[in-house]
Amino acid sequence: MYAYVVAGWLLLVGAFGIVRSRNLIHAVVCLSVCQSSTYVLLLAIGYQSHATAPVFASTVPTRAKVVDPVVQAMTLTDIVVSATVTALLLALAIQIAKRHHTVDPDDLSSLHG
Amino acid sequence: MTRATRLALFAVAAAGLAVLLGAAFADLPSFGAARHPYRDAAVTSAIAHHTANVVSSVNFDTRAIDTLGEEVILLASVVGVATLLRRAEGEHQRRGASGGRVLELTKFAGYQMLGVTLLIGFDVVAHGHVTPGGGFQGGVVLATGFHLLYVAGRYGALERLRPLPAFELGEAAGATGFAGLGLAGLAVLGGYLANLWPGGSFGQLLSAGTVPLLNIAVGIEVASGVVVLLAKFLEQAIAITDGGVE
Repeated sequence: MYAYVVAGWLLLVGAFGIVRSRNLIHAVVCLSVCQSSTYVLLLAIGYQSHATAPVFASTVPTRAKVVDPVVQAMTLTDIVVSATVTALLLALAIQIAKRHHTVDPDDLSSLHG
Repeated sequence: MTRATRLALFAVAAAGLAVLLGAAFADLPSFGAARHPYRDAAVTSAIAHHTANVVSSVNFDTRAIDTLGEEVILLASVVGVATLLRRAEGEHQRRGASGGRVLELTKFAGYQMLGVTLLIGFDVVAHGHVTPGGGFQGGVVLATGFHLLYVAGRYGALERLRPLPAFELGEAAGATGFAGLGLAGLAVLGGYLANLWPGGSFGQLLSAGTVPLLNIAVGIEVASGVVVLLAKFLEQAIAITDGGVE
């Protein structure tokens, strides 16, 4: 149960960081914190006590208890998507810094052509 | 909206969301329980296709088409970053940009780790179907490996080691290879991205059929994509100046 609470807490604390952010780079990092809550949630759902990683080898026979590999695969997808989103947002932050000479979202209230 | 109002609004929304999350979590299966029907199905299918790493089996066999979508997202993001960070009017590319002073020890460690990291990257990609790892993880290791040259203080050497056009081509080739293997599955077995020869000896390099091939395609794409991404960001930080300064 604690793992689920940690996932919820990460989501809320990341959102809180975005709301009070004074720097776009900081906001992007806060979004990454929000996204990491989904990794914790997915892995927590797939966890089984005293089970090992879902990779069979000579020391892990195929009848061994393993944790859920489906949610692990989804977490991998999640991490890749999160990295691509972060890259795009950072590129946008660079463009905003160039055009408006600020990275404080509060200073970006007016629309420029 | 002032910061105070915004924070007050957030507090209300966050409290509401926390209550909803709490209610949702209460209905989830208890943490660490033994019942995982999807796990059982995935493990059975992985063993039937001689894939020791069940996560790779899910990603590159049963859910391979989702991984194709994931690859396209990566491709789109790299294209997007390259478009956003192209040289604008009035910006100049600085030639022969070199960093500041670098410690001899940092240089030494950088060169030492370069070969080791690239080797580990290839290993992680090639054994993605038998040990933890795969194309995505190995690709990132490979791409960051190249950038040890930058840490060692040689931006010029890094530029020579990674000719960007080749990596742009590599990224397209990786994505095409993945889609092409999918078409081969469609032609031979009548299912897009169907595993062509799911045989081999379990846990050995030659097993799991198309899974290692798809891993290599993804490894090429991810390594190339991350190299192109980092190159665009490094270019912004090091090599581009906005006209007036220099």
